Amino acid sequence: MAAKARTRPKAVVESTGGEPADTLRDYYERMSLVRAFELRSSEMYARAKIGGYCHLNLGEEATVVGLMAAIEARDYLFTGYRDHGYALLRGLAPERVMAELFGKVTGVSGGRGGSMHLFDEETRLFGGYGIVGGQLPPATGAALALKTQETAGPDAAAVMCLLGDGTTNIGAFHESLNLAGLWKLPIVYVIVNNGLGMGTTVEKASAEPELYKRGASYRMPGIRVDGDDVLAVRDAARDALKQAREQRQPVLLEVMCYRLRGHSVVDPARYRSPEDTTIAQQSDPVPSFRAELIASGVLTEADAAAIDEAADLRVSEAVVFADESPEPDVADLFKYVYATPVANAPSALPGEPVMDAL
Amino acid sequence: MNTNVESTTRTITYRQALNETLRAELERDEKVFLVGEEIGVFEGSYKITAGLLEDFGPERVLDAPIAEEGFVGAALGAAMLGMRPVVEIMTINFSLIAIDQIVNHAAKMRSMFAGQVSIPLVIRMPGGGGQQLAATHSQNLEVWYAHIPGLKVVAPSTPADAKALLTAAIRDDDPVIFLENLSLYSAKGEVPDGEQVAEIGKAAVVATGTDLTIVSYSRGTTTALEVARQLEAEGLSIEVVDLRSLRPLDRDTICASVRKTGHAVVFEDDWLSYGIGAEISATIGEGVFDFLDAPVRRVAAAEVPLPYAKALEKAALPSAADLAKVVREVLNISSTPNDK
Repeated sequence: MAAKARTRPKAVVESTGGEPADTLRDYYERMSLVRAFELRSSEMYARAKIGGYCHLNLGEEATVVGLMAAIEARDYLFTGYRDHGYALLRGLAPERVMAELFGKVTGVSGGRGGSMHLFDEETRLFGGYGIVGGQLPPATGAALALKTQETAGPDAAAVMCLLGDGTTNIGAFHESLNLAGLWKLPIVYVIVNNGLGMGTTVEKASAEPELYKRGASYRMPGIRVDGDDVLAVRDAARDALKQAREQRQPVLLEVMCYRLRGHSVVDPARYRSPEDTTIAQQSDPVPSFRAELIASGVLTEADAAAIDEAADLRVSEAVVFADESPEPDVADLFKYVYATPVANAPSALPGEPVMDAL
Repeated sequence: MNTNVESTTRTITYRQALNETLRAELERDEKVFLVGEEIGVFEGSYKITAGLLEDFGPERVLDAPIAEEGFVGAALGAAMLGMRPVVEIMTINFSLIAIDQIVNHAAKMRSMFAGQVSIPLVIRMPGGGGQQLAATHSQNLEVWYAHIPGLKVVAPSTPADAKALLTAAIRDDDPVIFLENLSLYSAKGEVPDGEQVAEIGKAAVVATGTDLTIVSYSRGTTTALEVARQLEAEGLSIEVVDLRSLRPLDRDTICASVRKTGHAVVFEDDWLSYGIGAEISATIGEGVFDFLDAPVRRVAAAEVPLPYAKALEKAALPSAADLAKVVREVLNISSTPNDK
């Protein structure tokens, strides 16, 4: 883990001088919301309200808030499967996100995608994707479409494509970055480097563990930023997006953070050393940002407690909504298979005849 | 179809029909663009895109590096934003490099995201052996895609269908696998002028008969027709069903034909086990069992990685003679001495 930039987020303290107190307060509210949502997701998983795989953003809240503060409403966002926090901060109601986790028809993806496949056309959250690296080629193609449809400039849209550190070893990563570099596409690839691809460290998986350097192969600027520093993440992402939208210069941004828990809810992470777990806990951006805002006078202890309580309440409402929402109707099983109706489309349930006997 | 006017036809090749259709759709809709390896400057490995770069420019006829997963997935992403990409994969063999994007992504997105996004994507690719290209370059893998809900898979056997099905595929809002065949590119046929849009999901009875039904698709249909003509001279009346669409599958047309003839043979270029013919046979069994006078037979490729050597290649691929032999066996007619 020596290659990681393990700096404490000093930039936050430095930045509070110039950053409006309202903004900082707002960022803390968002971090608190993601934290509360993920803790509750874990609880709901344990209570079997949530099924399948469930990957949490716990420990990555400063990264999530910083990235989502940088992206504009007109931009498109593609993510991997650790996507809850991004969906929330893209502006989706916690109710609809929790309902998706519960597999309810009121969920963002109608209950068809689950935790890994959050999608919202309106806010241009163009998908969480469950296959490692699967989102990179489509995100690259979305940037290709933008290049065709728009003129470069400060008002142009760009694509932000999130990926994990483990994704940088898959072919789709290299093919996509090559295409983006070759075709000069408005896209920012963000490696959310939490140091672990499931249970495998970056050093064990990547011949070049300083992942941002991989941009060089594609003549793409590679930048590394401290993911526990919400303002540093925001500013780096904003600058990268600016290059993408104004110069059609794709950028590879590596954000260094920690995963507070296992790979997914069910992973006890026994493979982690006690030292690494301690570092992750010490680096936890939520309590540290909270403490710094209190120390710098942006928040009082009572303010912070009220924010945390409000976030918890918000998530409680989401759980009630999800719990009370109806299941998708089995009669709609085939509803979304095809956009253009087609002759002889299959519609048999298991055991039903595939056709009427003549 | 433009049934109002008396349509004129021209005799052109399958290749030319594809080329003209791509041109027409590029002209009609500015959202349509082509992407693939060597489709621009090189004009396509099989020259399907000849002249298009010159007339439409490099943004609409986009040469891609050798990176099937990358550019197929990128086409898919462009489709998510409303573009209508037509991808050329040099041969179906190379589609395996892109299969994650096709099967795990293109086929799934609309359902998985509850209809919030559509994928108007066409992937054109030729299959087929018989060109001494050896095991890795001679496969017929269409059943891999025909198995996948969310995809549409079409396989035209004639220049006219190449035109009408490609037009339909490009205008369709779902991912369509458009199966071509190396041995069909130079085949000639009558093609109606003007706009022709086929209905995806429908098979066609391309020869009528009363004794036996041959079910086939793509190159196989041309062989089936040849065998039907040959057997007609011997007094047999053979019906040929051209599937045209492998997903969805037009089970009614297949069963209606077999109900009439009472005999069925499937002629397919893919391998026998778990192949297209297995699905057709099961369909006939379920749909018209009581009308069958003999078991359904399949004539498919020998189950071996296809060798380079001509003699071995020829032995492994299903031929007209193989088909004629099996048709006679199903009808319980002894072979003529001319058969192999």
